[in-house]
Amino acid sequence: MTLPMFGSAEDPGPSFTELLTRLGQSSAAPATPGPLGDVRHGTTVVALRYVDGVVMAGDRRATEGYSIAHRSIEKVFPADRHSGVSIAGAAGPAIEMVKLFQTQLEHYEKVEGLALSLEGKANQLSQMIRSNLPMAMQGLAVVPLFAGYDVRRQAGRIFTYDVTGGRYEEADFHATGSGGRDARTAIKLFFRDGLSRSEAIEVAIQALYEAAEEDAATGGPDVVRGIYPTVATITAEGFERVPDEEVAERFRELIERRTAGGQPR
Amino acid sequence: MSMPFYVAPEQVMKDRADYARKGIARGRSLVGIVYDQGILIVAENTSRTLHKVSEIYDRIAFAGVGRYNEFDQLRVAGVRHADTKGYAYSREDVDARSLANVYAQFLGQVFTHEMKPLEVEILVAEVGSDAADDRLYHILYDGSVVDEERFTVLGGEAEAISERLGASWQPGLSRGDALGRAVAGLAGSERTLVPEELEVAELSRANGRRAFRRIEDAELAELLGAS
Repeated sequence: MTLPMFGSAEDPGPSFTELLTRLGQSSAAPATPGPLGDVRHGTTVVALRYVDGVVMAGDRRATEGYSIAHRSIEKVFPADRHSGVSIAGAAGPAIEMVKLFQTQLEHYEKVEGLALSLEGKANQLSQMIRSNLPMAMQGLAVVPLFAGYDVRRQAGRIFTYDVTGGRYEEADFHATGSGGRDARTAIKLFFRDGLSRSEAIEVAIQALYEAAEEDAATGGPDVVRGIYPTVATITAEGFERVPDEEVAERFRELIERRTAGGQPR
Repeated sequence: MSMPFYVAPEQVMKDRADYARKGIARGRSLVGIVYDQGILIVAENTSRTLHKVSEIYDRIAFAGVGRYNEFDQLRVAGVRHADTKGYAYSREDVDARSLANVYAQFLGQVFTHEMKPLEVEILVAEVGSDAADDRLYHILYDGSVVDEERFTVLGGEAEAISERLGASWQPGLSRGDALGRAVAGLAGSERTLVPEELEVAELSRANGRRAFRRIEDAELAELLGAS
């Protein structure tokens, strides 16, 4: 390897994707004729605002057609210190997109000596989804959810996307993936302004539970193997995963309440 | 057409080296020093925004003295090298030795083939999982690389500062002690340096994945006062 130096006309600036293109290492997949067969898909992810920032959560199941491809896949990732990205859709390109996105944000921060604004990060992700459009047309759509703590506004913000890279800011909460609709309904019932951390985690867990009940592709809590959905908080202190024990305890309580009866099952 | 005068290659190299050294000597010096938790880099720099010390990758930092535009270009190239390597392979495959080598190649190439050598000296520092794996690579304007164990000094007054540091350095220094010695080494006996004249950053094993952190303002003043 030699030192990547560029003339002023070819300089890729602070963009990592542009740098890969200049070096001929761009990872964009070539277009294939016709739709592909079953590939791994990830399913339900949710994000909601609370008093200190945002809670993000996602189930752990990946499916290939009607079979379960993976029981403990991760769908919620830190994008950088103050933001997170969670993925629904074709798992392969989605995980690759997250890796590229993480590198892109850190690369910008190091080259420029300053982190992007939250809005800037959301736009970057939008461009990456748009460049995936040819693959989306073949059934490999990636629809991430982006959330973060806006250090300038001092509040949590949530962005959703469609396959064309369209970017939409949500006021309070959102959920995507095959169980997203059920999860959204559940959040809608319990959401209010100014939830505490504990309450917000509870709402996210309820929402994933409902989604797993109604959607075959969404995994519920797996008590036998001890696999529970991923939950993370993003606040002024940064991205932080909620410990597995805490999530397991919440699910245990939820299942106990449901078993005891008196609540809808 | 006029014929160029013949100049002996020895003379050409000597002239270029003198030119580069003169350029470097105009700027202020910089120290990289090993302490118990990692590596501390201390530079004399009055600017808050034009940095001499920066992050390259998880465990690697860059520092440069001499012409700002030249070493900053090298810094950006280093970030690009490290990020593309980490993206193509794995984060743990990015190491300072390989980066120091590509810098050395580039500087050597410019020194022998271009009209004007780069008027810079750079430091590539890497913090390891324990003190034995800490690395300091000092790369000169002509591409020669020096691998240092305890500390390294970049800039015009390197010799005098090295002498002072050699007398005061010892293994297992705390961060405050290392800072105190680095600052005393930079200042010499006739000056005192205040926090506003210093740029300080650490590569610490305690910082998690991204070991690089700047030590600024109040924290720096406190650390300097305590040492």
